[in-house]
Amino acid sequence: MNNIFILRKDIDPWIKRMAEERTVFAPVHEGDAVVYRACDSGLRVELDTMPTTSPKEIVFPQNETLLTYTRGSGNEDGSVGVETTETLPSGKAVIFGTRPCGARGLLIFDQVYNNERIRDAYYAARRENTLTITIACNRPRPTCFCNSVGGAPDDSKGSDIMLYPLDDGFVAEALTSGGEELLALAPSSPAGEKAVKAKAKAGQAIETMGSPMDLSEVRKKFDLCFTDLAFWEKHSGKCLSCGICTYLCPTCYCFNITDEGSEEKGKRLRSWDNCMSFNFTAEASGHNPRSAKAMRLRNRIGHKFVYYPELHEDRLACCGCGRCITACPSSVDIRNIVKAVQEYSHE
Amino acid sequence: MNVLETMKKCIREALPDLDMVMGWEQGFDTLHATPLFMETAEDVDRLILGPTCVQSLAVHLPSLKGKKIGVVVKGCDSRAVVQLLSENLLNRENLVIFGFGCDGVVSLSRLKKKLGALDFIESAEKKDDRLCIEINGEQQDLPFDDICAPKCLTCSRPNAIISDHFAGPQRTPRIPAKGKTALEKFEEKSLPERFDFWKAQMQRCVRCYACRDSCPMCVCRDHCVAVSRNPHFVSQEATASENFMFQLIHVMHLAGRCVSCGECERACPMDIPLGLLRAKSTEVTSALFNQEAGLDQEAVLPLLSFNIEEETIEEHD
Repeated sequence: MNNIFILRKDIDPWIKRMAEERTVFAPVHEGDAVVYRACDSGLRVELDTMPTTSPKEIVFPQNETLLTYTRGSGNEDGSVGVETTETLPSGKAVIFGTRPCGARGLLIFDQVYNNERIRDAYYAARRENTLTITIACNRPRPTCFCNSVGGAPDDSKGSDIMLYPLDDGFVAEALTSGGEELLALAPSSPAGEKAVKAKAKAGQAIETMGSPMDLSEVRKKFDLCFTDLAFWEKHSGKCLSCGICTYLCPTCYCFNITDEGSEEKGKRLRSWDNCMSFNFTAEASGHNPRSAKAMRLRNRIGHKFVYYPELHEDRLACCGCGRCITACPSSVDIRNIVKAVQEYSHE
Repeated sequence: MNVLETMKKCIREALPDLDMVMGWEQGFDTLHATPLFMETAEDVDRLILGPTCVQSLAVHLPSLKGKKIGVVVKGCDSRAVVQLLSENLLNRENLVIFGFGCDGVVSLSRLKKKLGALDFIESAEKKDDRLCIEINGEQQDLPFDDICAPKCLTCSRPNAIISDHFAGPQRTPRIPAKGKTALEKFEEKSLPERFDFWKAQMQRCVRCYACRDSCPMCVCRDHCVAVSRNPHFVSQEATASENFMFQLIHVMHLAGRCVSCGECERACPMDIPLGLLRAKSTEVTSALFNQEAGLDQEAVLPLLSFNIEEETIEEHD
């Protein structure tokens, strides 16, 4: 498809035009964090660093009201009815300025919530009405490892529009018909030779990343080290068992359901859950199969690098964005743990 | 022998009688230290001491009860150890404390606000009262006071206040700069302004509970009121008001116990200024009970004791 060039100063009018029809979620600074917020202009938008939060919240919000309920009148048999109202999301959205890893995260979500086997009505309603505009990475961070998990700094999979950065603007390419419609709203000029230059720059970025990690033995070795609790205790010792890695992760998709409100009225809420929390597997009996953080961190690694690939044609449930490394208060580095599994030998 | 080598020597000598010693090693770049759990003499080689050693390792101690543990502490970390001891949450005889005099630690949040993203850091070194760092190919030379953790600006106890081994010289406590504290400045705002401020901050909270889990005094761990289902005290909805509710429960539970280590604020991935809430609770408890947490191992918590007449509380008729 045709490549066009959008000046940095024209991002603002472009977002304004898109925002007339859709909610545009773009990264903005709040404190020292960069978070996705609904924007009706491009003035505060931050497009040069990896956002602190991931774009998953736009299609899978931290809190989703599944239904609301009120207590009904009494029935003849003495029972009390409940009236429920479904609350399906509506409205169109744009994710503006994710990185290729964030777009990949959404593809990992699709395998779970919206595919031939399963259609989660709430997820699908958002996902099918959301277009993704991705910025290629010219300079991957030292904590980035997308090249180890099947991605790349210029990977266009899962994106409707790719933006390839240059100093004064972006070469833009629409990859879907939805992307073309959005791109038509941007003040632009033909990209000409800039297209080749910008794409080459993004294409070369992978060379700055070092060689991909060898994950060839991880699934086999994981089975071997699964019951070696000392191994997992060693690697989880400094972990605080908080939820930062999970909540900032573009691919962690687990949720919890609680009824919030009173006996008279309230809502059924779906909220993000995280497998690093004790409550995640606490059973009503009082038993907890993952009572120690070592077991919980083992699960986090296992889910991403073993269980998910077994279910989904060998694809990993990690997009290599490195958020779990940079945001961890203890600087736990998932790459080191996966490497230790790969190199595991039982004595 | 410099401080680090002295410390390594102390640890190597003590290690045979211990299950492990907790310290720090370099993390994924020169601005990030990561906790190091030393079990062998070779592990000790990786130890670092310096302005990136931000984590309070005291947070791990209650969960290691029953083992013989060594822990390296800065002044502020040592107050957490004292407080845990005073609450009978640790056995002193199973604990070996390696103290040193701390020169202050870096706040990545303040550094980010000065320099922008910190992704491409080449080197970072503290030279006297400056931090010299090479970032994005450029040399930056910053006054340490501009980028240190806020707690270090007013640190009155840079030296471990409890220790079995102390490496290197004692550091001189800071004389707090004249002028208003962050809390005093904040409290000059009107009530609606303060409430609007917190609403905006709390909107960002993702309820990851890193503030709780990095807190050495948050010892409920797996049984926190915030995630209790039965009774269902706190809504799981991560809205500004519910998040604020959780944060206020957290701060109330720490009243008279908070040792002002600042770990909650440092751990927060969303840069929410939780230290302000802690500072307020400390101000109130110290005014009411003339007490400061984490200084006296024999002290009884003000909220765990009862006096017919409190010295500092004027009784109603």
